[in-house]
Order: sequence, then structure tokens, then C-alpha cells
Amino acid sequence: MHKRYNFAFLDEGSKREIRRASLKAVCIPGYQVPFASREMPIGRGWGTGGLQLTLSLIGPNDVLKVIDQGSDASVNALNIKKLIALTTNVETVEDTHQATLIQSRHRIPEVPLTKDQILVLQVPTPEPLRAFEPREAITKKLHAHKDYTGAWLMIFEQIVKYNTATTGADHPVLVHDRYVMAPSPIPRFDNPKMDHNEALILLGAGREKKIYALPPYTKVKSIDFEDYPFAIEDLSNKSCRLCGASGVYLDEIIDENTGERSYQCNDTSYCEARRGVAQVVEGGQDA
Amino acid sequence: MPKTLEHNFVEQAPILRLEDLNKSYGDGCEYCSKEDAVLEKNICPKCHTVHALRGVNLEVYPGEIVGVVGESGSGKSTLMQCIYFDKNPSSGACYLTPYKEGTENIFEVSEQEKLKIKNLILGMVYQNPYLGLRMDFSSLSNIAERQIAAGSRNVHEMMDRSDELLSEVNISKWRAKEAPKNFSGGMQQRVQIAKALSSNPPILLLDEVTTGLDLSVQARVLDLIKDIMHEFNISMLVVSHDLGVIRMLAERTYVMLDGKVVESGLTDQILEDPQHPYTQQLVYSLL
Repeated sequence: MHKRYNFAFLDEGSKREIRRASLKAVCIPGYQVPFASREMPIGRGWGTGGLQLTLSLIGPNDVLKVIDQGSDASVNALNIKKLIALTTNVETVEDTHQATLIQSRHRIPEVPLTKDQILVLQVPTPEPLRAFEPREAITKKLHAHKDYTGAWLMIFEQIVKYNTATTGADHPVLVHDRYVMAPSPIPRFDNPKMDHNEALILLGAGREKKIYALPPYTKVKSIDFEDYPFAIEDLSNKSCRLCGASGVYLDEIIDENTGERSYQCNDTSYCEARRGVAQVVEGGQDA
Repeated sequence: MPKTLEHNFVEQAPILRLEDLNKSYGDGCEYCSKEDAVLEKNICPKCHTVHALRGVNLEVYPGEIVGVVGESGSGKSTLMQCIYFDKNPSSGACYLTPYKEGTENIFEVSEQEKLKIKNLILGMVYQNPYLGLRMDFSSLSNIAERQIAAGSRNVHEMMDRSDELLSEVNISKWRAKEAPKNFSGGMQQRVQIAKALSSNPPILLLDEVTTGLDLSVQARVLDLIKDIMHEFNISMLVVSHDLGVIRMLAERTYVMLDGKVVESGLTDQILEDPQHPYTQQLVYSLL
């Protein structure tokens, strides 16, 4: 452990400020709480919001997992995991079951989360109405007045043009019948997992300086119309080429030479566990 | 007594009633707070406060078209914007019969209630279509916006209603999915009228709707407004600096000058026998 840094990189004052914002976010599910986003050793837009949440929450007994688009081994996930491990000396795992704190970019793991876990999501654009109204002062008012015409209008416009909702990721949700919230760019497939989830879900946007939260067992409903109900990506009749799993989120892989399409689990640790591949555990107090 | 004269005339209550509406920009002073203070046009010579509206009283009865005329800067548009909550009046009251039987001053209700009034009771057509329309959204979505705001969540119902309204304002079906930014000024104005009508508001506010349109298009828009009045029995408040428009549309007229109503009465009477020197000048300058 590099003693030049305070435990978990941030100074205690910063951590307290971020925890205070997180507490407020938990009290008002779906409401975007402003916070003083710190300069981090990674660039804004590369997960600084999630990283600050993780660093403010982590304790010496936590077990950490970091994923990027479902992968534990991508450069972004590895670097964030290394930074946190070097400044806290906590144990890092790939197995979702063992983790107590999971920082994720754009996915919710396939394994259902439990009440003893916290999921931290990295958010690029926390404002669900931003495409509809560019002015922050106005969108704040719209949230305050519960005026969410714009959220439905954006989906309506997609239906007018393409006869279906065309949101690939970041499909807006209504939280606890009050605030419309951007779920971060998770695929539509993951939206239903947010509803009444057992774990606390925290969302952090470092560049936009906002923190918001879904406390456990919060009602989360994806925005839709009566005659055009919300639907997840159609992955029926497809299964993972490695582990054979179906009913999970799959990546499409096209062989450049043959043009052949195949599918593979997006959540690598889920896939490896099914195949019985030994997963990496590093660090911890005893190491 | 002949049978026809035995009819009992029922005293009708106005559907819209404005009482002592004031709007000023500036703090005001001892001098200009007096009722009969002499101002330079509508500016206080002592403290330079602009009095855009001074003690305006106005009534609109059910099913009637009321005109407001006056030169540029006389406060006509400010009057409309105050009624439609685009501007906050300095003092005064407005009562609408469709809202709580006209017992509550709509300027003093909560923002949520104001939104309801805006979406369900009032329809507004601005002089500049850029204020009333979302130029990048399709015409269908523009019209559906008010229906979504009024609580509709059924795409087919909203599309049918929007199609119906677009044909009502003579916009062909095959252009319905096009954005208003591709339309001519007259067509944009007609989309705006369709949008204002989409949630069946009992009161329509028209702010210089024909200004800037060429004469033949003007005539078509005016015909449309007349038709709508007859067909849906909507009460309208029409603001214009063009006496020709007022003569064609309005049964009763208010004449405004420097933020005050200087004359009011039947439109024919005002045009034939103007009493106030300003009205006389206005009528004599009519080509």
C-alpha cells in the first residue's frame, strides 16, 4: 500500500461530502443531487463519478469487483480496480457473489444482487430530459413540477418515425412514481432488474457533478405507452456459444472472414462461472 | 306582448375575467404608484419604471371572440403572456370559469396547477411559431405533446386525434411526420393552431396570428379561426394591431394604449364611432 495517499485516495473531507450527497440521494430516489466532483487521476468521462462514490464508500473489509460493459478484464475496469486496490489494499474479485461493492460501467450483472451488496454505476449524462431541453435551469424546474411530457414525447417521436422505441441504452425510467431518471447507458435488458432490486444502486456522474440513487426495493418503471409497452432486446432463440446460456444479455460477434454471426455472454464472470473457469482473486489484508 | 319578447334572458358569467392586472419592470416610486400619475408613454419620469400593464380589466364570455388592439408597445402581448403564465404579473387577478368555477385567482395557485390550466383550459397561438412549436419534432409529435401533458398515454388515440386536427387545418396527411421547420410560415401557424386545439381547451389565446403572413394565407387562417369558433364553441381572446383582423373576427374589442385600456365595446361601435382620441386616430388611419 502506498502510504503517500490517504486511505482510498480521497481526503476524509471529500469522502464525507460525497457520502452526504449519497445519503440525500438515497432519501429522494431518482433525484439528482449536485456534489463537488473532485479531480481524479483518470479523465472526466472515464468513470470519475462512479470512482468517487466507490472510494467514499469502501472500507478495509469490503470485497471489490469492477466491470466495464460486462467485462472484468477490460482496460478501464482493470485500471480503476488497480487504483482502488493500491490505495485501500482491499480484496478484488471477479465472482459477483463474493463482492460487497461492485462498480460497473453500463451493465447490471446477470447474477441477482443481494441486500449485502452495493452497485455503483458510472453515468455520462444524468439528465434524462437533456435531449428535450438543453437548459439546466429549465430541466430542474421540469423535475420540480413533475412535468415529464418531454420524456414521453421523445419516445413518441421515435414511434412516429420508426414505429418502435429506438432507445438502445439509457431508456428513461420513472422512479417511485415521482422522478424520471436516466438509468445510465445500461441496455434495455437491464432496466427490469432495477425494479425492486435488493441491493442499493448508486449512480455517479463525475463530469456533470451529480449523484443519484435507487434504495433497495424501489419501484422502477420504464417509460412506455399503453399500446407500445416497454420491451427488452429480443434475444430469444439465441444462446452463448461458450457456455450455452440463454435469457442473458448477449454480444453479437461477426466473423470478419466468413461473415458468420455468433453470440456470447456479455457478462464474462457469469460465463466463466458456468464453464467452471477459475476466477481471479487478488490482494486483501493477508496478501 | 308578443310571444318572442317573453324570453327570460339569463345573466351569463364571463368564462375569463381579468381584474386590475398590473405588470411593471422596476420598483416604482411614490410618484408613479398614484393612480392618475402622468407618465411619459408608460415610463415613470422619476424612477424610470416601465409600466407595461396598468389596471387592466377584461372579460371574455363563453363562445365569444374578443379583440384587443393597440400599437406596438401598448402591452397587448404582455397581457397574453401574463394570462398564459409566460410572465408573472406584478399584481392583479384572473378567474377562469372552467377552473374551480372561477373562484380562485389563477395567478396565485401552485406551479403544478398552473401547468394543468395551461394544458387543459388554455390554448395559446404565438405570433412567432418558434415559441409555440418544437421545430425539430414531427408535426404529429408537436400536436401529441399537449395530449401527453394532459395525461394521454395511448399512441394510437393521439395519432388519430393529431391526424384529425391536421386535416382540420388543411395540412395533408403525407406531411404529418415532417418537422415544422420544413414548413412555410402559414403552415407553421396552422400546425400551431392544431396543437393549441389538441387538448380541447375551452379558451384560446391568439397573439398576432396573422402578422407576417401574406394576404391570401391570412384570409385562410382567419377563416379557419372562424370555423373553429363555430364548430367547437371555443371562447377566444385575439390580440392584433391590425384593425382589419379585429373587424373580421371580434364581436367586442378593447383598445389599449400605453398599458391601459382606453376604450372598449362592440367592435362595430368602436369602428363607427370611436370616442377616445387615440382610437379615432387609429380608425382614421385604417386604409
